[in-house]
Amino acid sequence: MNVTLLNPQIETSQQSHLGFIDCDVHPYFKSPAEFDAFLPQKWREHRASVGGRTRQGLAKASNYPRMSPGVGQRMDAWPPDGSHPGSDLPFMQLQLLDKFNVAYGLLAPLVGGGAGERNIDFGAAMATAVNDWQLARFCDPDPRLKGAVQINIEHEKAAIAEIEARAGDRRFAQVNIPPRSIEPLGRRRYWPILEACAANGFPVSLHLGGTAGHASTGGGHPSFYHDEHPSYVQSMAALVTSLVCEGVFEHLPNLKVVLVEGGFAWLPALSWRLDNTWKALKAEVPFLRRKPSEYVRQNIWVTTQPIEEPERPADMLSTLEWIGVDRVMFSTDYPHWDQDDPRFAFKVPLPEDWKRKIYHDNAMAVYGFE
Amino acid sequence: MDPSSFQPIDCDVHPAIPTTRALLPYLDAYWREHITRRGLEADNLELNSFPSNAPLNSRPDWRPERGPAGADLTLLRRHVLDTFRSRYAILNVLNGAQILHSEDLSAALCRGINRWIAAEWLDRDPRLRASITVPVLSPELAAEEIERCAEDKRFVQVLLLSQTEMPLGRRQYWPVYRAAEKHGLPIGIHAGSAQFHPPSATGWFSYYLEDYVQHAQGFAGTLNSLLTEGVFVKFPKLRVVLIESGVTWFPAYMWRINKTWRGVRAETPWQERVPSEVIRENVRLTVQPFDAPDTVAQVKTLLEEIGSDQMLLFSTDYPHWHFDGADAVPEGLPPDLIGKILVDNPLETYPRLAQPDLA
Repeated sequence: MNVTLLNPQIETSQQSHLGFIDCDVHPYFKSPAEFDAFLPQKWREHRASVGGRTRQGLAKASNYPRMSPGVGQRMDAWPPDGSHPGSDLPFMQLQLLDKFNVAYGLLAPLVGGGAGERNIDFGAAMATAVNDWQLARFCDPDPRLKGAVQINIEHEKAAIAEIEARAGDRRFAQVNIPPRSIEPLGRRRYWPILEACAANGFPVSLHLGGTAGHASTGGGHPSFYHDEHPSYVQSMAALVTSLVCEGVFEHLPNLKVVLVEGGFAWLPALSWRLDNTWKALKAEVPFLRRKPSEYVRQNIWVTTQPIEEPERPADMLSTLEWIGVDRVMFSTDYPHWDQDDPRFAFKVPLPEDWKRKIYHDNAMAVYGFE
Repeated sequence: MDPSSFQPIDCDVHPAIPTTRALLPYLDAYWREHITRRGLEADNLELNSFPSNAPLNSRPDWRPERGPAGADLTLLRRHVLDTFRSRYAILNVLNGAQILHSEDLSAALCRGINRWIAAEWLDRDPRLRASITVPVLSPELAAEEIERCAEDKRFVQVLLLSQTEMPLGRRQYWPVYRAAEKHGLPIGIHAGSAQFHPPSATGWFSYYLEDYVQHAQGFAGTLNSLLTEGVFVKFPKLRVVLIESGVTWFPAYMWRINKTWRGVRAETPWQERVPSEVIRENVRLTVQPFDAPDTVAQVKTLLEEIGSDQMLLFSTDYPHWHFDGADAVPEGLPPDLIGKILVDNPLETYPRLAQPDLA
């Protein structure tokens, strides 16, 4: 049954959105064997035999199948040679980078499985391989693309070594930490890794996805992708809560944390809830010397996709104000099915200076691009 | 704002069971013997979600000298019933009996709780009403208990915790919804977790503060499940009240699930209507905690975004600490909405309240 919903396609295309910085781009491989070139022999063999092992029942597929082929890709993003969306740089340039005159694209490689791998030595090796692969296949051929340092969060020594090895390499914009680690990221066991990120001038990007083996919600496993997809917001909120309440930002005031692919409209209410609840429970977290919302304002940035669509489009403006227009950075999430097009993402015209910040200036400042 | 001039209906009050021993007279003989044999009457079945001495759960001026806050009817009257001139208050028991793994033991204790509430609270003050406490791990036994308690019209709701073993929309729970809908009883989903799962996909937090904050997200998952599984399609007359969930999280939540539905609804073809429409018809929120923003102007915007005068229900959440003094109504509510929140919406949500006085 088709129902017409009021959802006008407002084209807000104006020159100021061109030349934007895309804070979430997904590169893919044409074949898993691509990583072999960057793996030591023993791990090549391991990859081909036992292979990657995650904390879920299915070895090679997602527990929550997506709604479109290629594990949730845009239907028109398949390159002419039939390889996976995002795996063909010329096609990515055609559909995204050149089309919109993108200034920089920040890569979020959700490939290789290094981040969630249970064999942490293999995971560390895969993370390093994916980092080398990003450079070889994407960042070196097209310097608009910036890599994200992959690590295996549970292998502290290797993670810190990898961060330090990539420090100063301006082809990498940030360290990508999987947001579903075994424990919430603010827990002290992860502080050495966060310290290494801060010490080496890397923002941390938390791109949703993966599994640590816990149910996606506190009430158990969703049945459908339909309720799995919005559970990413719940995970993002948990991360913000943990980072703030554990005092990470008191300890590392210069650490920048970027939340990727979680949307953002939920953040103001979380900040208010943190502040209000903290009032009665201050004694539990005496190391917090400021209100929780102040840490959110100091250390956390959000990317826009999947952008929420308020029922009254103008409510987007107040939502942006409540977060702080300087803390919001545009992202497409190319080439996923729910990606945002810079021309249509905002259903309300933005003031010109907001556009410059959201599409460009905020990311320039966060990532220190020239 | 002090609501007493309205004689409000308080939709969330927590009587505390002083000790499990207090339930013994209300158990069947077999269970009385069984529990005593095992020494279980000495167990404190307090939920991890609500440590009774945490300041958040026990407003300092509501805390008695001995025992948990909320255990004394005299104090309940003094602190909220008489202070606010409440015409009714709905009692919601928060107790671990609901989440015990042994289904029969859980059901027996829940039955004891319901009998205890009737005898020691409902019988003693005509303003009091209660939710039916049910074993969350056995929908069949829960449905039986609903059938048993439904006869007593002072039971006005079925009480569930928002996070247990499976998301609450799943079909295994449908016997509960069937029984509730049949008797015109709303499902009250209260903040709290059985902690069969960690609070989020990213594991266990360190602090109670974090657990408590995350309840709002827990409710998002719960409500998403009710929607996607088609509970409101199968049980169109069912009302669901989200109790102690916070309020200001709600608009952004609706925007997100609406957008997901537009893109993903092929997976759940029974969902023919946009979620926010179903939500406004079937779902209600109690107002404490409100999770207030910084300004009254923001409150106004958020209420407009919630988009329904009928959504909010007054509650004190006694003895939890969400407001000081008699300031039980969140600041910034427009005057024409206040009366609805305090009286009309609760009456509309709980049809049993309107029934003439019961023996």
